[in-house]
Amino acid sequence: MRINKFVIGGLLILGAVVFLIWTSTAANAEYFLTIDELNTKGSDVVDKNLRVSGAVIGDSIQYDAQNLSLSFEVAHVPGDNAELETEGGLAEALHQAVMDPTRSRMKVVYVGPKPDLLRNEAQAIMTGHLGADGIFYAEELLLKCPTRYEEAVPEQAGL
Amino acid sequence: MIANFGFGVLVISFLVTLYSVFAAIYGERRKIPAMVESARRAMLLTWPLLTLTAGVLIYLLVNNHFEVQFVYEVTSRSMPTYLKVTAWWGGQAGSLLFWSWLMSAFASLVTLRKWDRDREFLPWVIVVACVTMAFFIGMNVFFENPFAQLYQTFDGVAPHTFQPADGVLFTPQDGRGLNPLLRHPGMVIHPPMLYLGFVSFVIPYAFAMAALITGRTDDRWIRLTRRWTLWAWLFLSFGLVLGGRWAYDVLGWGGYWGWDPVEIAAFMPWLTGTAFLHSVMIQEKRGMLKQWNMILVILTYDLVIFGTFLTRSGVLSSVHAFAQSAIGPLFFGFIGLTLITSVILLFHRWSSLRSETQMTSMLSREALFLLNNLLFMSILVVCFWGVMFPLISELFTGQKVTVGPPFYERATSPLFAALLLLMGIAPLSAWGQSTVKTLGRAIWKPIVGAIVVTVVLFTTYTRNPGALVGFFLIALVILVTIYEYWRGANARQRSQDENIFTAFWNLTGRNRRRYGGYIIHLSMMFMAVGILGIEIFQVETQGTLEINQQMSVGGYDVVYQDIAQFPGPDGREVTRAVLGVYKGGEYLGELNPRIDYYYDAQQTMTIPGQRSTLRDDLYILLVDWEPVAATGATFKIFVNPLVNWLWLGSLLFLVGVVIAAWPEKDAERAAVRSKARIQQQTSAAD
Repeated sequence: MRINKFVIGGLLILGAVVFLIWTSTAANAEYFLTIDELNTKGSDVVDKNLRVSGAVIGDSIQYDAQNLSLSFEVAHVPGDNAELETEGGLAEALHQAVMDPTRSRMKVVYVGPKPDLLRNEAQAIMTGHLGADGIFYAEELLLKCPTRYEEAVPEQAGL
Repeated sequence: MIANFGFGVLVISFLVTLYSVFAAIYGERRKIPAMVESARRAMLLTWPLLTLTAGVLIYLLVNNHFEVQFVYEVTSRSMPTYLKVTAWWGGQAGSLLFWSWLMSAFASLVTLRKWDRDREFLPWVIVVACVTMAFFIGMNVFFENPFAQLYQTFDGVAPHTFQPADGVLFTPQDGRGLNPLLRHPGMVIHPPMLYLGFVSFVIPYAFAMAALITGRTDDRWIRLTRRWTLWAWLFLSFGLVLGGRWAYDVLGWGGYWGWDPVEIAAFMPWLTGTAFLHSVMIQEKRGMLKQWNMILVILTYDLVIFGTFLTRSGVLSSVHAFAQSAIGPLFFGFIGLTLITSVILLFHRWSSLRSETQMTSMLSREALFLLNNLLFMSILVVCFWGVMFPLISELFTGQKVTVGPPFYERATSPLFAALLLLMGIAPLSAWGQSTVKTLGRAIWKPIVGAIVVTVVLFTTYTRNPGALVGFFLIALVILVTIYEYWRGANARQRSQDENIFTAFWNLTGRNRRRYGGYIIHLSMMFMAVGILGIEIFQVETQGTLEINQQMSVGGYDVVYQDIAQFPGPDGREVTRAVLGVYKGGEYLGELNPRIDYYYDAQQTMTIPGQRSTLRDDLYILLVDWEPVAATGATFKIFVNPLVNWLWLGSLLFLVGVVIAAWPEKDAERAAVRSKARIQQQTSAAD
């Protein structure tokens, strides 16, 4: 009998934790998509929680400091690490994405302060949703500049 | 030349650790004490060797030897010397070396103790420590050589460990410099603290493995490593808090914790470590949960390696992913190998780790401790699920799906609330047998007190139900803790005829672990107040102001007075705004949010202006200012209520852990004495 008491208690806790994880996952899942995937799915994913990563195109950055409204374009980069490696690493893949005019692109609108790392060929990881107008409305904007930290040394570095 | 010397010493230390592993195993198997002694001495040699290696690296860093790739990547001429030294752990190769160096220091410390009664553990502790060390040093030697130099060949410039046949040494004019985000005092000590915590958890694991291998599965290994575990826990906790403080001061989003995969990676060993600290007490007092403790210490060890792996592999996208490298699979292999070996050993000794007593009462201290452990494990499962979910979902659906901070907040907050409730109940319950009646008699006063506090808060401060539940639980824990203290001191005051302060002092001194633990509980409540404050009551606003215009938020009025741009130290340009802060018409002082632009890294950094009080923090960011076209500057302002309690709590936490971990006076001798007395009694009985 005594053992049952503890087993039941344990099962109840287990059940509660599974329930918590399940409902929280269902309510907060964000679909990680590349820009190509986003374009093919189109209206299927409108208003879903999305997380999209792309290469920032420097020339397209527009910032209205009065309204803290930021807009820029990102170009498609592969979402898969192996694919990135074949393109010569993240830094190189980002560079190619920006240089290649045939890559699919997407316009992003974000309201808030302009992040320090937002610049040409940075990787932007945006959380938000796709509007019916095809513009991505980002609620969160995360930036990575792989070129800053670990990259191969440029041919003529420092000369 | 110097770099080659450094690499040479590194290779020697790698060979020495390997020798130590083999000598220890061989000496143990063949019963040759001299061989084990030789292994011990070899292990003692690793620290001086790695210190020399590190010394060479620091010499190269400080003296601008940019022909060394690592130096080129993490330093630049404009950096002050102290930052050049700390750039040691600013990049991947260096931080791996830093890991090994700390590991060798701890391993040496542990072998220097007197081993009289625990000789049989020694060879296996050496083996575990040196295998771990050999793995990390091996990473440096074979994959991430911090001494690789740049050589110009026909194919261009590339780093090489040895000079290529047609290569000429290539020295860039200047280095690329440490990422400006990392040039902050918090960042200077945050990684070492975290690493100290990570590394020192290897010691209890090494003893646990030694206990499993030798079959000496009583609680000796726990008693030997108790203090290590506490220090490890202290460093890890402090590392986490410092990371939060850095984020708050530097990242400029008004927060301190973002449920980033790397933060979680450091948080997971903390969870198992905290569970371990609690459950070892049950093993010591009641002889229960022995198997469970082994599982916890194994998990903690592998989560520590996993944590180092996550920060260093770049498999998960995160603000911390400063590095990308091929060492990931190797880390994964090492984790798999140690995990499988540990689990095999554990199963081998499974039956000798059975509990000595049965758990009977649901409200007994041990049952509540077990529940505490289950809750920590549940939080761990939530975290692990969140981190692994993208990989799992991709595996099964082909679709990469992630979960963000709202997932963690929602899934963990009921679990944290339950932990708070336990923290309130457990100190009042008795070992062995405890009933609703006895517990109720002890707890009703603190409950009434907590209800009064909650009602007062309801009428004066907030009507938010989540916050009220939180404050009720916090008040309950604080009152229970104070009540426990008071009960103890009061009893002592009567029996020992001491005044109340002496009684308090002696009470804590005589039972450091228990009362240190209570202080830690109190400090956790301070932190909880801070977390509730910023999570629930944070308000923010943003806008563009002309000079002398004002903006109001959370009871503060902020007036934009001036802005200036000037060159600052370490090669940066500083744009600094002056804002006057008023509250209810009263002038409180000025704040200076600023933007620093680093020329070498071509990166800006937004430093907030902060005004901190116990009630709330005013946190202002200078978002944008264009010198030419500007008609004004844009600011973002946060009011973060109560967040200061988080940092205050962490200081109290430090006090609590130091009290709990402080060596007991003559603990060993007292134990011997009591044993002697038992012998006397038995001989008297004869």
